[in-house]
Amino acid sequence: MVAISKIATGNGHGEDSPYFDGWKAYETNPFHPIDRPDGVIQMGLAENQLCFNFIKKWVMEHPEASLCSAEGVNKFEETALFQDYHGMPEFREAVAKFMGKVRGDRVKFDPDRIVMSGGATGAHEMVAFCLADPGEAFLVPTPYYPGFDRDLRWRTGVELVPVVCESSNNFKITRAALEAAYEKAKEANLRVKGLLITNPSNPLGTILDRDTLKGIVKFINEKNIHLIGDEIYAATVFMEPEFVSISEIIEEVECNRGLIHIVYSLSKDMGFPGFRVGIVYSYNDAVVSCARKMSSFGLVSSQTQHLIATMLSDDDFVDSFIVESKEQLFKRHKYFTLSLSQVGIGSLKSNAGLFIWMDLRKLLKEKTFDAEMDLWRVIINEVKLNVSPGSSFHCDEPGWFRVCFANMDDNTMEVALLRITTFMHKHNEAMVPRKLCRRASLKLSLSRRRDDFMSQNMMSPHSPIPQSPLVRART
Amino acid sequence: MLSSKASCNSHGQDSSYFLGWQLYENNPFHEVENPTGIIQMGLAENQLSFDLVESWLRKNPDVMELKKGGESVFRELAFFQDYHGLPTFKNELVEYMAKIRGNKVKFDPNNLVLAAGATSANETLIFCLADPGEAILLPTPYYPGFDRDLKWRTGVEIVPVHCWSSNGFRITMFALEEAYERAQKLNLKVKGVLITNPSNPLGTTMTKEELDHLITFAVAKNIHVISDEVFSGTVFDSPGFISILEAAMDRNLENTDVWSRIHIVYSLSKDLGLPGFRVGMIYSNNKTVVGASTKMSSFGLVSSQTQYLLTNVLASKRFTSKYMKENQKRLKKRKEMLVSGLKKSGIECLKSNAGLFCWVDMRHLLSSNTLEAETKLWNQMVCDVGLNISPGSSFHCSEPGWFRVCFANMSRGTLQVAMRRIKDFVERSNFMGRIKMNYQQNMSSLSRKLLSNWVRKLSSPDPNEHER
Repeated sequence: MVAISKIATGNGHGEDSPYFDGWKAYETNPFHPIDRPDGVIQMGLAENQLCFNFIKKWVMEHPEASLCSAEGVNKFEETALFQDYHGMPEFREAVAKFMGKVRGDRVKFDPDRIVMSGGATGAHEMVAFCLADPGEAFLVPTPYYPGFDRDLRWRTGVELVPVVCESSNNFKITRAALEAAYEKAKEANLRVKGLLITNPSNPLGTILDRDTLKGIVKFINEKNIHLIGDEIYAATVFMEPEFVSISEIIEEVECNRGLIHIVYSLSKDMGFPGFRVGIVYSYNDAVVSCARKMSSFGLVSSQTQHLIATMLSDDDFVDSFIVESKEQLFKRHKYFTLSLSQVGIGSLKSNAGLFIWMDLRKLLKEKTFDAEMDLWRVIINEVKLNVSPGSSFHCDEPGWFRVCFANMDDNTMEVALLRITTFMHKHNEAMVPRKLCRRASLKLSLSRRRDDFMSQNMMSPHSPIPQSPLVRART
Repeated sequence: MLSSKASCNSHGQDSSYFLGWQLYENNPFHEVENPTGIIQMGLAENQLSFDLVESWLRKNPDVMELKKGGESVFRELAFFQDYHGLPTFKNELVEYMAKIRGNKVKFDPNNLVLAAGATSANETLIFCLADPGEAILLPTPYYPGFDRDLKWRTGVEIVPVHCWSSNGFRITMFALEEAYERAQKLNLKVKGVLITNPSNPLGTTMTKEELDHLITFAVAKNIHVISDEVFSGTVFDSPGFISILEAAMDRNLENTDVWSRIHIVYSLSKDLGLPGFRVGMIYSNNKTVVGASTKMSSFGLVSSQTQYLLTNVLASKRFTSKYMKENQKRLKKRKEMLVSGLKKSGIECLKSNAGLFCWVDMRHLLSSNTLEAETKLWNQMVCDVGLNISPGSSFHCSEPGWFRVCFANMSRGTLQVAMRRIKDFVERSNFMGRIKMNYQQNMSSLSRKLLSNWVRKLSSPDPNEHER
């Protein structure tokens, strides 16, 4: 039988990672409040479902955006025919405006630099094809999104070299770490073409501060390598400090703009992963030109361009949406982290994203990745939560897990928290002498639980806003 | 600084095929606003049957505003990103594909992989079947986009299988063998042969004989066959369409090795005239190929919004039957209008029964039997006559003088204008006695500049030119 390609038969698709195994476990036994109350709750998928009613209301009130409504059908033919890889001008303008608003209008985006792609997945692959040849490399700070192993490497033949970041300084990207990674690449005879940062970070949920960003821009200019800023979570920053984009930094420091490229998408900020709206925004004309030609392989459906153009041109809606989305994410994040802290689970202090970086190091039998996998299997099979183990994000320290909180309704969240609480009680009973356990109560009560189960290693033992209405309601 | 892919020109956009589009865009014809502009006859689009789809949409309120049974499905669609695709959509697609083939072939939705247009489907399939440096055989003339879709990012080579007008450009066993040997001499490992059936640019369906040759060849050489059947729904005349799978079934090859080496590419861009919606697909009986291409489809999924809309359109069987019949009728009529219009000017077309274009024989209008003469004629057609037709050389035709002329992407009125212009041109040329390379006053300076830049580039090609 004649072979097919190495790419097709190899495992560069990266789906053998536990990140995806957890999804499979969920898919074979998905939680449903009525039909399957003992099923696995999906906490491994970073989706934003909190603002849906807000968006639905707008869609119902604007039938002209849906193309196949009585109001929109007169645009059907011209839209169905539109396959120009430049994209609809109104789509690009609306997206450029939205990107600016998400950055507080501190910076303006040029619609002519907006290139479409098949989601951020397609955008990343496209950027890799434009910037690097097979065998060349990108530096990527750890921990990083597991999909990068596929998106940046699989069909491109490009290598990834990790920039190791550590919990001891909250996973900050230091100059030393960047230099160490660059040297490592050199030793392995890999030509480094660029550095990819995700800001806000997946999986950390943190943003890069101004000084770190300036340091990064300085680094890439010195090494004359590209900087790719994945900013797909830009509108999910729900709390201070404010998000700072690379697009702002390059206005403040000296920089060769030909090295700067942004990857964006509407999948996280708007919660539209199904519509496949990915964007490459490059300050390099040759890259814009090349990417535009490559976008033929993953154009955004014109039907979707029409919807998005109409929706994002509605300034009132966009302004309200951005505010509402932050508010919902803030509330959910706070409730979730507070509830976890009450049972002794801490997480990295975060202000963005659709997940938290949960610290379960103290639950490991030993400080190894095997122990992390054992714990993970317990969480999936016994606690019935699909959370994502840190090793799948290439975290260099075992015991961290990414847990998504924005992809479920309030009731499911309560069920998830109850399961975690029950699990922690069992765990603590196992740790503590028997007579003390009889006094343990399963009810979630604020003041008592926090004292009994506060852990030494928790990074965020207290609510960032002690006087929140949620706290007041419980005590 | 950038990758070699970004700096080279294997994106294929320097082809006259695309340059013609550019010239059109700088001076597009409009009956009222720009009656002397260039008429676009280089874009194979089907605009003849939109009214049918629009009237269906108006009659089906449930699809409007993305409602199903009164409840908005917007939310579910917005989150649906499963690369397996909407099951209901794939079920409808396989039924539709079977219908086009007269239900002689049955398709399994689990073997169907969605992609962002046939552009993406073809590239993905090549990524799955061949390694960089390996080769695919391609009968000429072939669609210029293949130079980009099959080669650019995959690093795979194309080796042309030369076909000639002397036998109506039919694929012969001899031509296949000759191409294979040429590949061997170049040290290129051939992994497969890609055919377009119905053919772009010929507008013909493959005969049983040709399909048998291909299958025999694929068995003998142990290679894959990719059949790009994007125009399968545009067959408007006899002989009917025979899909590669039907030909293989006729030879009882379902349980043999070659069955898992036959792959089909399809799309809704040509049949249903919906190129903007980016709906492409791969069909394969090879589980490994289905598995790998499904994962790769992450790079170009079909928007769930679009999947939902089209599921509903295709689910209406009465509508699809009516559409197919009416569409074919209109295509046939329009093609006949083009053929007879050209005949009045003494220009013949290859006899065709499918597609959105004709393969037009303008060899007698060449000043000499050379590529240069074809290019000169093309310049005149675009800039003087104001018709963007596509020169055979851009399709890698081995004989100069053939042009692809599209007929389904314009109104009747516009086609009439085009026919009149050709008639005038031919009469003028006959009067002058021979064709001269002559820039007329009405040619814009931009067109002139673009053309001369392009000609200059062609005459001193530098495939390794540095990044711009």
